[in-house]
This record gives sequence, C-alpha cells and structure tokens, in this order.
Amino acid sequence: MIQKLFFYASPQNFYPLAGKLWPLFAVLATALSGWGLWLGMFVAPTDFQQGEGYRIIFVHVPASWMSMVIYLVMAFWALLGLTFNTRLSGMMTKALAPTGAIFAFLSLWTGALWGKPMWGAWWVWDARLTSELILFFLYLGHIALTSAIDDPRRADKAGGILALVGALNVPIIYFSVKWWNTLHQGASVSLTKGSSMAQVMLEAMLIMGIAFWMYAVAIALYRVRSIILIRERHTQWVAELPEVKAQMMKNSAGGAIA
Amino acid sequence: MFSVSNLCCSRGEKRLFSGVSFSLQHGEYLHLEGDNGVGKTSLLRIACGLSPLEQGEICWQGKSISENRDEFRSNLAYLGHQLALKEDLTPLENLLSHAAVAGRQLPLPEAKDALAQLGLRGREHLPVRVLSQGQKRRTALARLVVSTAKLWILDEPFVALDPAAQNALSEVINAHLTRQGMVLLTSHQAVSLAGQGRSYRLRS
Amino acid sequence: MSAFLAIVKRDLTLALRRKNEVITSVFFFVVVAALFPLGIGPEMNTLRLVAPGILWVGALLASMLSLGRMFATDYADGTLEQMALSPNSLSWLVAAKILAHWLLSGLPLVLLAPILGLQFDLSTNALWVLTLSLLLGTPVLSLIGAVGAALTLGVRGGDVLLSLLVLPLYVPALVFGAGAVQAEISGLGASAHLSVLAALALVAAVFSPWASAASLRIALES
Repeated sequence: MIQKLFFYASPQNFYPLAGKLWPLFAVLATALSGWGLWLGMFVAPTDFQQGEGYRIIFVHVPASWMSMVIYLVMAFWALLGLTFNTRLSGMMTKALAPTGAIFAFLSLWTGALWGKPMWGAWWVWDARLTSELILFFLYLGHIALTSAIDDPRRADKAGGILALVGALNVPIIYFSVKWWNTLHQGASVSLTKGSSMAQVMLEAMLIMGIAFWMYAVAIALYRVRSIILIRERHTQWVAELPEVKAQMMKNSAGGAIA
Repeated sequence: MFSVSNLCCSRGEKRLFSGVSFSLQHGEYLHLEGDNGVGKTSLLRIACGLSPLEQGEICWQGKSISENRDEFRSNLAYLGHQLALKEDLTPLENLLSHAAVAGRQLPLPEAKDALAQLGLRGREHLPVRVLSQGQKRRTALARLVVSTAKLWILDEPFVALDPAAQNALSEVINAHLTRQGMVLLTSHQAVSLAGQGRSYRLRS
Repeated sequence: MSAFLAIVKRDLTLALRRKNEVITSVFFFVVVAALFPLGIGPEMNTLRLVAPGILWVGALLASMLSLGRMFATDYADGTLEQMALSPNSLSWLVAAKILAHWLLSGLPLVLLAPILGLQFDLSTNALWVLTLSLLLGTPVLSLIGAVGAALTLGVRGGDVLLSLLVLPLYVPALVFGAGAVQAEISGLGASAHLSVLAALALVAAVFSPWASAASLRIALES
C-alpha cells in the first residue's frame, strides 16, 4: 500500500491516474447535483417563515462547507509537501486553491442573495458570513503569494507554510468572529432559527455537499494535470505524451500555413 | 574533514553542474575554478547548507551536515558576495555583533587588532558607509581573523583588494591553514597560498 | 553578550541612527486618529462609541506598514545569510528581530494610545484598558506579521501582498483588543477579552519565530 502511494507521488505516474479518475468524479458530481437540486428545489417543503427564497441554502451551505474542507485539504497537502519534500503536493495545493476560492465566493454571493429578501440588506455582518469573507481573503492571499514567486519550488514551500499557518488560524478566527458577533448582538442569517429543519432539507444539503466535493476533486485532478505538464515540460516523458506530440505537430503545421 | 559527493544544481530548467565530488583535509585548501555563470557561487551555497541538496551528500567529520547541523555551523565561516555589513554601524560594531551572532564573545582588544591587521587602524569608529569599497571588503574579511571556525568557504575573497590588502588576506588564510584549518575558495586570479592546495575546475 | 541581545541591540542602534522607522509608525497612528473624526463628524457621542475600533485599526495599520522592513535590509546585505549559518537556532535569532521590531514599531503605539484616546473622550478606565490591550496585542501583530514578512521576502509586489496575507490573520487580535475596550466602556469588564489576548500572544510567541525561521530559510534557498 505504502509502495503504491510512493509510486503515485511522482508526477509522471500521477498524471495518467488523474486522467483516468477525473471523468468519473465529474459524472458523479453531475449526477449528485441533479439529484440534490431536484430534492432542494422541488421536493423540500416551503419554509414556514422564509418562503421560497430560502432554497438558495442548498447551494450556500454546501459551498461554505466545501470552502472550509478544501482549505483543510490544502493544509494537509502542504504538510505532506513540507515533510516529504514531494513536488506533487505543491501542485495539488495549487490546483485546489482556485476552487476553494470560488466556493468561498459562491458562499458569499448566495449568502447575500439569501439575506436580501430576509433582511432587506445585501450584506449583514453575520458571524458565518464574516468568517467566510476572511476565509476568502486567506484563499486570495495564498493564490497571490504563489503566483508572485517565480521559482516554483519556493512558491510551493512558501504556499505550504502559509496554508498551514492559515489552517491553524481558521478556528481562532471563526471563534473570535463568533464572539464579536454575539457580543454585539448582530444579525444572524440562520436556517434553523424559528423552524426545525425538515429531514428532506438536510438530505438535500448533504447530497449537494457531496456533489460539490466530487466536483472539487474532478476539477482539481483536471487542473493538476495542466500544472504537471507545465512544471515538467522539460522532461522526456512529457515530450513523449501523445497529446503533447499532437499539439506540437499542430503548432508547427499552423506555423507553416501562417 | 569536509567532503561533498555527487552534488548537482539546476537554475530553473537548466542543469548547471552535476556529479561534483571533492574533499578537504585539515590544513588543505581547494581553489574552485570555472567560467562565469558555471555555478561556482551556487556550489558554495550548497556546500554551506544554504541552498537545498537535490542530490548527493555533504559530510563534516564523517557525518552528514543535516545530522550534525550545529556542529557544522559552529565550524563554518562563510564569506559570500554580499558583505553582511551594516552601513550605519562602525567596523568595530559590525565585527562585535557578527561574532556574537556566530556564538562568540569577542574581547574588544582582539577586535581592534583584527581590524588593524587588515589595515583599518584609525577607521574602526567611522560608519561603514563612508569607507571605500576596498575598506568595506577588508572590514568583512576581519571576521575571518577572529573566527574560530575550522572551515572557511570564501566566494571571491580577493576581489576589489589592492596588492597590500591581498597580501594581508593571504597571510590570514595561510595562518588559518597552518592552524590545521580548511579553505574552499573561488577566485578568478591565480591563488598562491602556503600549505596543501588543489584546484577543481567546475564544468557545465 | 548573547546572540539574542546582540541582534536586539544592533537593530535598535540602526533604527535610532536613522530614526525614520519609529517616526513613520507613530505619525501614521496619529494621522489615522485625526482623520476619522474628520470623516465621521465631530459628534462626541458617536466618536466615543467608535473610538476603540478606530484606535485599534489605526494601531494595526501602523504596525502593518512597518512589517516590510523587518527582514528586507538583512536579506539584501547578507546579514540574514549569516544568521542562518549561525550555530544558534534561527528561530531564537528571529525572535530577537521580532522583539526589536516591536520595541520600535509597537511600543511607541502603546505609549501614544492614551493620549490619542483623550481626543475621543474615553474614560480613565477605558484608557487603561486601551493601553493594556495594545500592550498585549501589538506583540501579536509583530509576531504574526513576521511570518508574512518572511514569506514575502524579495517577492514582487511584496508590501501589498504582505498586507493581504497578514490582515485576515490579524482579525482575532483586533476583535479581542477593540472588544476589550468596548467591554470596559459598556461596564461588562474587559478581563475575558484581555485573557484571550494574552493567550493569543503566548501562542504566537511560541509558533511565530519557528514558522518565520522556516520561511526565511526558504527565501534564502535561491
């Protein structure tokens, strides 16, 4: 088992594996999203207090969950990368960061869209929304740092340390924002306030959560393949890949015509 | 005893050098030669442990330097391209604080003597900012005089020195070699030092 | 003199010979405290309400402005390299640099805060809590900022990037620091907030030098 893990730790071996796996995850993501959205939009009952508008939570809550999970996964890869000095760990972190940022952004937008009919304001300084905003900044910071450093190895290591520092701080940040919010008796955008959650609502949210997770895995695997190609472009095995050879031929043919 | 084996280095995608191996015994020096850009500075930085070791091994007294870091570092004096001088401090202040950071309480008279040995008597109390380039280099070299390190790794130590200063530096290095020290240095000029010496040509 | 003290002494000597490091921080703090009333309006009741937040944000920004300088000069002139090659643990040496940074950029803010607090008509107790919260909080800012400064050493767009990295991590200190003063004003008592702030300072003091040292070694590799 450990042998297998070390085998796939090499980008050269991981590339074809990722190529085989990502379509599977994409299919799962599509299927589960379809199911989850059907449950959420059509099966789940109209909420007693919040009417139909509440249905946006079936995107909002899973997106929040995923934005947090992805950050933890990034931190996990960062820890692996810093401990074992593997190149692939840095590439996976780099592949995951944009998706995490997108989920955080999605969570913020859907939170606003939910809040407007409920509270009449496009933004409320709810503890969870505020924490989500800070998480979004953490993602942006990570992407900015790794993009600004030219040397890929240094970018990976620096990004790794930042991800770990961020991951350790996220609970502290969440706790402090919660404290800040309750002390000041701020607004709270909550699903469960005043109504108990119907079983089917929870089911829909969980299915959507898993759907988003499948999507995140699919897109990360897809993205990491591009990153591997770019990083390893000077190696023999990349030059011999059929898709790379085909592209080179297209390029030279295009050059001849143009 | 200091030895490196099978070192390699890449700058971006370009492989600078590979398969570099040599060793230094007490009282010996190694003159690292090579054209500009071949990677001499990179090799020295890897030998110090500043740059990562992609391949091969570096050993101090038989043990890998990653195993006995503190032991290796307390026996290493490195002089790179940057002089590590604070322009707003005097040569004396620079020398004393540098020695303290390297783990040594330097007595004031010894510090002054070291600066005098490199021709800086009378200038110990001026801010480094107002010294000439050669005088700044000599201030940096004074660190070697007071160093108790056994291995000196020097990157172009003779550059920007007038003949008198070059002689002074040679004397300092020779004294170190006589005390069973080791020196690994690069220099574009011919190096004439006492003691056992070899050349190693770095090729791409 | 130990390596730790040598570094603190060196950084303090250098800063006091140039003086601009201390002055920049202090000046920024004063300016921010003066600008907010101009932006908000002179109504004393409003100002008294927002004073803890304004003063804390001002101190936070002033502290953040000076972070870029923590390691940059040492990196440029080769001093950092020598520290990395020292047999002394780099974490310990970095702790010395952070202490020096705080003495130059954080402590002046702590001393200035009560005076600026008077401009907002804070009570004596509130001023005490403000000073204490900054005394506990500004070291947290220097410690967390050090990791950011180390990660962005020599990177393009370093200063802005540094701010982006460090601001989310500053939020807990801000919440508990400003919150302490607000709790004091509203009569709830600031002890809980200050305890948490002290705990944050302790955790940061333990982890930050080590994380910063690791980041510095990464920066020195190339």
